[in-house]
Amino acid sequence: MASRLMALWEWFDSRMPSVAIETRKHLTEYYAPKNFNFWYYFGSLALLVLVIQIVSGIFLTMHYKPDANLAFGSVEYIMRDVPGGWLIRYIHSTGGSAFFIVVYLHMFRGLLYGSHREPRELVWIFGVLIYLTLMGEAFFGYLLPWGQMSYWGAQVIVNLFGVIPFIGPDLALWIRGDYVVSDATLNRFFALHVIALPLVLLGLVMAHILALHDVGSNNPDGIEIKKKKDANGRPLDGIPFHPYYTVKDIVGAVVFLAVFCVVLFFMPELGGYFLEHNNFIPADSLKTPEHIAPLWYFTPYYSILRAVPPMFNSQFPGVLAMGLAVLILFFLPWLDRSPVKSIRYRGKLYKGALATFVVTFVLLGYLGLKPTTLWGQFGFDAFFLDTREIATWVARVATVLYFLFFILMPWYTARDEVKSVPERVTS
Amino acid sequence: MTTGTMKKLLLALLFAPLGVQAAATGYKLDRAPIQLNDVVSLQAGARTFVNYCLNCHSAQYMRYNRLTDLGLTEAQIKDNLMFAAEKVGETMKVSMSVKDGKAWFGVPPPDLSVIARSRGADWLYTYLRTFYRDAKTATGWNNTVFPNAAMPHVLWTLQGERRLEIVPHADNAGHVSVEYKWSQLSKGAQSAVEYDLTVRDLVNFLVYVGEPSASSRTPIGVVVLVVLGLLFVLAYAMKREFWKDVKH
Amino acid sequence: MSDRQKVNKTRRTLVIATSVVGGAASVGAAVPFVASMLPSERAKAAGAPVEVDISKLAPGEVGIFEWRGKPVWVIRRTKEMLDSLKAVASSLTDPASRSSIQPEYAKNEQRAIKPEFMVVEGVCTHLGCSPQLRSADDKAEMGADWEGGFYCACHGSKFDFAGRVYKGSPAPTNLSVPPYAFLSDSTLIIGEDKKGA
Repeated sequence: MASRLMALWEWFDSRMPSVAIETRKHLTEYYAPKNFNFWYYFGSLALLVLVIQIVSGIFLTMHYKPDANLAFGSVEYIMRDVPGGWLIRYIHSTGGSAFFIVVYLHMFRGLLYGSHREPRELVWIFGVLIYLTLMGEAFFGYLLPWGQMSYWGAQVIVNLFGVIPFIGPDLALWIRGDYVVSDATLNRFFALHVIALPLVLLGLVMAHILALHDVGSNNPDGIEIKKKKDANGRPLDGIPFHPYYTVKDIVGAVVFLAVFCVVLFFMPELGGYFLEHNNFIPADSLKTPEHIAPLWYFTPYYSILRAVPPMFNSQFPGVLAMGLAVLILFFLPWLDRSPVKSIRYRGKLYKGALATFVVTFVLLGYLGLKPTTLWGQFGFDAFFLDTREIATWVARVATVLYFLFFILMPWYTARDEVKSVPERVTS
Repeated sequence: MTTGTMKKLLLALLFAPLGVQAAATGYKLDRAPIQLNDVVSLQAGARTFVNYCLNCHSAQYMRYNRLTDLGLTEAQIKDNLMFAAEKVGETMKVSMSVKDGKAWFGVPPPDLSVIARSRGADWLYTYLRTFYRDAKTATGWNNTVFPNAAMPHVLWTLQGERRLEIVPHADNAGHVSVEYKWSQLSKGAQSAVEYDLTVRDLVNFLVYVGEPSASSRTPIGVVVLVVLGLLFVLAYAMKREFWKDVKH
Repeated sequence: MSDRQKVNKTRRTLVIATSVVGGAASVGAAVPFVASMLPSERAKAAGAPVEVDISKLAPGEVGIFEWRGKPVWVIRRTKEMLDSLKAVASSLTDPASRSSIQPEYAKNEQRAIKPEFMVVEGVCTHLGCSPQLRSADDKAEMGADWEGGFYCACHGSKFDFAGRVYKGSPAPTNLSVPPYAFLSDSTLIIGEDKKGA
């Protein structure tokens, strides 16, 4: 029996040697640093969530109807009449939020250990492109249930594109396929969400991993393990990805799935953060809800959009600020001028800046979830201010701090004190 | 930022809770005592729903035969709960068209399939218990939770008619609070306690209708977590075993 | 056993144990996905049994009712139609209905619970067209020895008044009889056997 299998394998391998070659290149002979810690789980977890979303998405598409009159009903059909449909729906809604949690933590790891630095700038760039595509994928997907938040969220965001000078209104009309968000918009967002962007995402993820594997992974010490090799040319501090990191990532996946299932089975709405209450009201183009907010993972940027006041009778500065807040990520590899990569060997300036960045990002996110009247008004009379809302001013301060993290980075990373970096990795 | 402005900002943040109270409008909601495993309550709620609500409000995503979840047989459902449908596999539709609803009430009565998921149980529980007589509205009724609601007090024969007097109080610091004074104009078929229970059962039923699969979610979740726990133990042991090779 | 062998054995055991539990968990996870492709409640409700009123059927008339998207004929047979059943038996492929689909109570000579009412699916067993009624008078088109029945225009299959197929027809078997029951003298339920039978 064993020799039959061996013979079968020989037949296959002689006709498609790529399988064995690539398996060696990317798994059994891909030498990764041996000191990966907690922050290194999130890459494989992101891949896991991508698979979860695709599989649950396929089965949802078997029953969902992308028609303005039928969409909302088809989701309830899935929840009630399709055997196991409620579970598949909750998997997809929980997975959407899980994707962003995992991706944000994955990006944060980059900021901690300098994974965006030379020679991994391309890995970072593909990563930011994945992030942008993911935001698009989430935005298009959220229209599909055709609830009040779906409809009005889409209306607001597409109108933002309408604010761009000169081309704006035509662009918004082209995106929508109609004068307001309508059935035409729903149908095309369905096509983009179900096939177009997933294909783009898969291509970018492949590019991201290939670019990484070509130069080798970074590690918590930020040192290049390829500098010290043994007699066989293998990095002294490297271990083959398979079996060591496959086995470790399986544990990571099991823990992740346990947390995922706690939400899935016991609190799928998560208090209205994963499934919004207002989205259980069918879309009504004639009635705007009192309070429109995007899903939690977009709220930091929404906060920035709202914080910037209109200038020259246009909302465009706010839109621009929101766009720049995301696009500035592309420049990170060239803004960071520190001689070392990892936060372990950087000084107080960077640590302080990163801590401030995290606080402002979370604060902006929180503010974006709430109405701007959250903290009321300043008591004193300030005739020169365009608004006396406290929350808006806090958001403005946070926005400035957010941008300063990037803008001042060339300065404080160059000036920061630096500890001496070890020759070999530490645990 | 100057210390003066900093101080003002801190003070503003400290007084934020009070600011929220002053800014927030709306009647304080009562807690709805929801118990989805109380099958008797759900059955009573189903009965109230079918008799009082289904004339105007549909629950178009809810099938009659799903009510077997509540411990009823299809024959019982057919005999006691189906007035507007013939087959037990049909959904809870109403004969009132959207056009008629709009003409008669100004706004068509919304479908109630997922009303408990959008409004919340507490809102529904409080709403159905705080109607009062108001000569100024088209229906002659008004509501504290949903001012100027187009819906009349459908359950008035059970609760009786009530009158509401809203009394504002201002204390020395200038904070305004509102007192709601209720009085009974005519008696209903049920006492206040009985009516609360009727509404509780109805809201319980509406929460069930919002997500009929909710009760099967939790037991499956427990099994899944136990299996994942076992898988974790094995996967972790496997990881430790392989990582013995790796010298640090 | 050497230390090396012990280590390998431990590893193999753990890998197998984890794979078994992981495999079982994966199968469990696949169940709702596979189940989601089964008929939904909506499909089952649409395919539910239908009650039909047969009180208005004249003798010799064919009532057509829809069940599960298919036409179901209820033929109120006259004495002549019933008599023709014996006469044509020798021209039929399967006069005793051995290969066709029908409930036990329709496996008799008239293929029905009550001889007067024939309940049969009006779907030709060849390729699914719906045959047309051709009375016994239609000998000009159907041939001199035509005793009456149904003719499928698509490929020329012929059936008698019990839905049994004639020899030489492309259709291989007699028309199918669905489950049905009499709720009263004037109502039938199609799609369901008699309860408590």
